[in-house]
Amino acid sequence: MKKLVNVLFGDSARAFGTLSAVLLILLAVVPAKDYFRDWRAYQKGYLRLVRGRGDATTLTRRFQPGLQQIWLPELGVVDRCTTCHSALKEATLVDVKMQPFRTHPPMPHNLTEFGCVVCHRGQGGATTAEEAHGSTKSWEDPILPARYLQSACGQCHLERLTGTPLLNQGREILAQYGCVRCHVIKTPESVLMTGADDPPSLEHIAGKTTREWIAAWLKNPQGYAGSATMPNFQLADDDIRDISAFLIAQSTPEAASSEPAPAVPTNDAAQQDGASLYGESFCASCHATQNAAGLLVGGNVGPELTRVGSKVKSEWLASWLRNPGIYDPGTKMPHYRLDARQIGLLMAFLGDKTDSDFIGNRHLDAATPIQIAHGKQLVNERGCASCHEINGIKKPDNFAPELTLVGSRPLAKILFAPGVPHTLPDYIGAKIRNPRSFGTSLKMPQYSLAPQQVDALVTALLAQTDRAQKMPAGLRIAARKPSDYRPAGKAGQLIEDMRCFSCHSINGRGGDMAPDLTWEGTSVTRAWLVNFLKNPNTLRPALIRRMPRFNVTDAEANTLADYIMTVYQTPAFDRDSLDSSRFAAADVEHGKELFYGKYACESCHIVDPDKDKGYIGPTLTQVGARLNSAWIYHWLKNAQTLRPGTLEPVWNMNNEEARAVTAFLMAQKAGPRKEIARK
Amino acid sequence: MTRTWQACAILLLALGGACVRRPAGPTEAAPKAFGAAVVLVSGDKQEAAIGAQLGQPLVVQVNDVKGAAVPGALVRFAAAGGTVFQPDHGFTGPDGQFTTNVSLGSMAGQYQIVASTADASGKRAQIQIPEIALGYREQLGQQLNTIHCIRCHDPESTPERVSNHDNLKAQAHQFTNGAVMNAISDGNLVAIIGHGGAALNKSAEMPPYEHRLTKTEIDALAAYIRAVADPPYRPQGVFYASN
Repeated sequence: MKKLVNVLFGDSARAFGTLSAVLLILLAVVPAKDYFRDWRAYQKGYLRLVRGRGDATTLTRRFQPGLQQIWLPELGVVDRCTTCHSALKEATLVDVKMQPFRTHPPMPHNLTEFGCVVCHRGQGGATTAEEAHGSTKSWEDPILPARYLQSACGQCHLERLTGTPLLNQGREILAQYGCVRCHVIKTPESVLMTGADDPPSLEHIAGKTTREWIAAWLKNPQGYAGSATMPNFQLADDDIRDISAFLIAQSTPEAASSEPAPAVPTNDAAQQDGASLYGESFCASCHATQNAAGLLVGGNVGPELTRVGSKVKSEWLASWLRNPGIYDPGTKMPHYRLDARQIGLLMAFLGDKTDSDFIGNRHLDAATPIQIAHGKQLVNERGCASCHEINGIKKPDNFAPELTLVGSRPLAKILFAPGVPHTLPDYIGAKIRNPRSFGTSLKMPQYSLAPQQVDALVTALLAQTDRAQKMPAGLRIAARKPSDYRPAGKAGQLIEDMRCFSCHSINGRGGDMAPDLTWEGTSVTRAWLVNFLKNPNTLRPALIRRMPRFNVTDAEANTLADYIMTVYQTPAFDRDSLDSSRFAAADVEHGKELFYGKYACESCHIVDPDKDKGYIGPTLTQVGARLNSAWIYHWLKNAQTLRPGTLEPVWNMNNEEARAVTAFLMAQKAGPRKEIARK
Repeated sequence: MTRTWQACAILLLALGGACVRRPAGPTEAAPKAFGAAVVLVSGDKQEAAIGAQLGQPLVVQVNDVKGAAVPGALVRFAAAGGTVFQPDHGFTGPDGQFTTNVSLGSMAGQYQIVASTADASGKRAQIQIPEIALGYREQLGQQLNTIHCIRCHDPESTPERVSNHDNLKAQAHQFTNGAVMNAISDGNLVAIIGHGGAALNKSAEMPPYEHRLTKTEIDALAAYIRAVADPPYRPQGVFYASN
């Protein structure tokens, strides 16, 4: 040891020499460190990779050495990802599977306009692989797992996109499952998200159901209906007893109906007739029931009816069937105008849908004032009034944490439950899957969502970022504004009374189950419309959801028809602008050739029931009596301009062809009405 | 001095020992039974977005040489490119079956999942199960397919959708029918969707969609058709003159 020190630092010359050498080495460290940087190795690797390829010259010429950067000050993007990901825009490298040299899959945007982190997250400014992708525990903004990528689209696209099914589904769940009734969520346009579910008012609940049913429901809503959106609040039995006591106690009687409840037939034939009336009225278009195999069959607009007989009181059911709008003015259920016999039949059919296991032998003793007071306190604590109207309870404000910026929540501020990986998507997912695992005192109830639904919700919530709020307004694709259209006058009252908007859309308001009626007055003839309103027949054989019969009077049908024919007209053309009486036989013949030849319309439509089998579009056997010739003519040219979203392809027929096919179709006045056998 | 060296040596050994890699994962119980083959029960050829969990679980069964189900046999799953199994191995149940949930990796395309078991001598028996991951373009195509194409191109009816397949004079090809679809070039595929069947001397029952769908949407549909083809579509690639 001593010898070595002597050799190196024996005298001042040696010491100077040694120190100089050390200094030189130290100075060399910096350029060496730079020389051995990750990204240089990747760039060399890329050049090696392309060297052997046919288009090596082009690829090498396009390759830019050194640190690369996409800088977009408007978006706050400083991305150096392209330093290593050199091949993102090289389409010919599509067969390369090795990262970081893969080419970017086709996408709707240009890389240089948006950069990388806007969609993928991660730290754009980093120059090492680890820091950029942030798979370390402490890194705040790691790369977003591919399964949630659609959340990125949701930062700008506030309107539904066809290519983002998961994001759309997540946003629907936020509205459908009442998430937004407790949590405040504002879209980047500062619009408050609102619920699309229709939680019933509990102000008159004692008239509708029993305390025992309320208790069984509170214990497990999904035990009553698998499709119920009400979550499980995991209440103790005593708490359920007290809440049900309070709900019954606060209930006020609804305006008593003067009509007596109809007699409910009890024989087997009544069951049969009730079932067929249920079918004829197309109740299943909105309500689902479980079939023998345990599968849900029917729509999801109204509640599931598998066990409805165990729930509702018969007087309530009678008055509901007579006119649902009296109990719940906001209901989507139409006023069917059923007579007493029909109501009795439906009551017999629905009353039989019971499940003795659901309520079981539950019996609750008369409630004490202490129990009722405790129930009221619980209802306040659990935030029941966030969704339901309850007498004497105010809807709480800000009941749950605001989620407007949940997609940018810093990990440092999050308390993770044990076992949850430390990433934001995992945190949100765990919160939705099992909220109480974060603490037993938490109020958030237990939802029963499928794994795919949880992914959808996480995707929608991850779109609620800081970046989305600060995005330049020009980049935002605004959400469609909800329409507050209201039809006027007597016909308007009828349209509201029959709840046409539950299925049909007019001027941007309403459902999408049935055709848009905005320009129905240009489309159909008055005579057909009156007839159809009184007795809707099947237009599209392949549809299961069909227009029910509302038992309207002649006067009502005429009022509606007058209004529709006058008001719902397109400004694009006049419905009488094409005189069908001027069509010659030659036109009809030419149209027939085009119909069966060039355009093969019979693959979707039926004109001749003996020959044609098309099952997608409406049957056209009587189309000449149903539609106006000008409508058909413009429909054949471009149906999308008349009813956006219709399945009819855009034929772009020339004037002559459109005229000929119109002539042929207008000749189909009253073809033989044959029942078309269902497949 | 020697003591220091000894201490150093012990320290080095200890460090070295710590660095030796332990066998991965927790120690497993030995399988109680051994099978000779893995067979698929359900869950193959599913479509899911990249990284997302498949809608249905993957169920396989272990059989012995006679084809009878073997309970208690060890099954392992493996696949390329970041595919996640929950769980990735385990023992078959009383019915000889084992169920796992699969989330595909982040690259679009077909994934071959390998399910394997070992017999008593350690010889491996395995099957390959294909699953399909859809990227952005393929997902858009899938959505458009359910709106515009599926009623004629899929002979299966569902309660919500009655198939129109058998009502046509020409038989619309199923998109999964790789034998037919893969023979159509990219150019022809886009042309048929855009200009209709008649433009390519095929049935006029296939309408033209060039004015109904955008170019991007037609490309997305074509990408989806390529993604679901069985046998898988192999692009011809680009040819260059040699240097």
